[in-house]
Amino acid sequence: MSRPSGSRARRRRTPLPLLVLGCLGIVLFILPFLGLLSRTPWGRLPALLAGDVVTDALRLSFLTSIAATAISLLLGVPLAWLLARVEFPGRAVLRGVVTLPLVLPPVVGGAALLFALGRRGLLGGALESATGLLLPFSVWGVIIANTFVAMPFLVITVEGALRAMDSRYEDAASTLGAGPWTTVRRVALPMIGPSLKAGLVLTWARAFGEFGATITFAGNLQSRTQTLPLAVFVALESDRDTAVAISLVMVAVSLLVLLTLRERWWRVP
Amino acid sequence: MHRHGPHALDTSMTLWRRVSAVLLVVFATACRNGPSADEAGDVQEGVGGELLVSAAASLANAFAEIETSFEAAQPGVNVVLNLGGSSALRTQILEGAPVDVFASADVGNMNRVVEAGEVSGEPRVFARNRLRIAVPVGNPGGVAGLDDFGDERLLLGLCTSGVPCGDFAREVLARAGVVAALDTNEPDVRALLTKSELGELDAGITDVTDVTSAGGRVEGIDIPDELNVLADYPIAVLTGAQNPRAGEAFVGFVLSDEGRGILAKHGFTLP
Repeated sequence: MSRPSGSRARRRRTPLPLLVLGCLGIVLFILPFLGLLSRTPWGRLPALLAGDVVTDALRLSFLTSIAATAISLLLGVPLAWLLARVEFPGRAVLRGVVTLPLVLPPVVGGAALLFALGRRGLLGGALESATGLLLPFSVWGVIIANTFVAMPFLVITVEGALRAMDSRYEDAASTLGAGPWTTVRRVALPMIGPSLKAGLVLTWARAFGEFGATITFAGNLQSRTQTLPLAVFVALESDRDTAVAISLVMVAVSLLVLLTLRERWWRVP
Repeated sequence: MHRHGPHALDTSMTLWRRVSAVLLVVFATACRNGPSADEAGDVQEGVGGELLVSAAASLANAFAEIETSFEAAQPGVNVVLNLGGSSALRTQILEGAPVDVFASADVGNMNRVVEAGEVSGEPRVFARNRLRIAVPVGNPGGVAGLDDFGDERLLLGLCTSGVPCGDFAREVLARAGVVAALDTNEPDVRALLTKSELGELDAGITDVTDVTSAGGRVEGIDIPDELNVLADYPIAVLTGAQNPRAGEAFVGFVLSDEGRGILAKHGFTLP
């Protein structure tokens, strides 16, 4: 709390209604985690977590969520650029379509992916005969489902930052002889750096927790497509203790990553 | 106010049930123009109100039809179906859901409810179900029987273990001596059927009734009787029932010839 803004804020009194409602908000967030902790079989926890179901799912979850974040970076930033900087007809509609996965139930997204990229889907059949690659029931299917659901977080964050950015810096760069590509790389991207990082963290977190689109599009098979959320879901019906143990791992990993990256990347003003 | 909320709601619900029950008695007495009968399927005096029936998901279509016929036979009873996986329904009941009748897709989940003292009387087996292989229309994978579940080149799915259709399917494959080369373990039978329907899976093992209810959207391949598993479906009125008389009438209807006829039509084997 060495920031000057913090001490200034502390001197002002928080209005009582805000305080009460804010605390209620905290309770709503904390209570489910307390419920989870109250059902945790602490003594058996190491044995439960050492099982191959958990280790397979953990490895797969990291692999697929990081891959989805990388694809989002590669495709999402240029897409955000198009939406923010290029005038073209139907831009508003396209922006709506891009953010659709944010509001769509993920199961619907998974079914839509199946209709498009499944064996009998729009492109899936052609893709299979051309490359032999079959997306459903494969790790690629998990990565695509994760990307579909999580990339909008990166696109809207970066697009917002590009719109808010003062474009006179880019004008100045091109006046001084920098080409368009150099201007993007050396001026614009560094300026939106914090937003880009925040967007990447959100994208990763959403991909790490993805369930509905994954199970619908990629199915559920240990060590191939069963990520942590799927493993929790399956275990809830048959083995409550394992389900709680995996949930705890997800909470711990997510919290750790979000806290670490927030401190390092995501400067809170 | 806040603390008394739920209790006040309970009391008013009970009151409403009583009021509606009394009204229905008056109504039924006033309207009765035939001799009174006590057999299942006939209008019974004083039976009315809302009836909450928790039924296994595989009963969805059969029980929807039974609901319509039962409500026609017992005007005044409003059957509310709560459909779901048997294990999820069992959990709801054991956590205190105000359910009148429980119809399970296996004996195991019913037994857990009986052991908790939640069943009044004895559960009765009203239907049986067998397994069948479901393949997409046209059978593109050329699946002929259980042996094909060992084929690595095919895309194959089962329900996940813990779900009745998943446990029974594993039992059947073990009996046939097949080591399954699975590509997915679907969370419930509907998800498995959808993927077979779409042609994304070459084959899956589901209940006979699921293939029947999918109409022409999947094709069924029989599993030989000596390898097949016959699952018992038990039904019972619960001790926590808010409407036990209507519950008994409903169970009676399910076990009656009319109820059995509907179950048979949907592919169930009758005990």
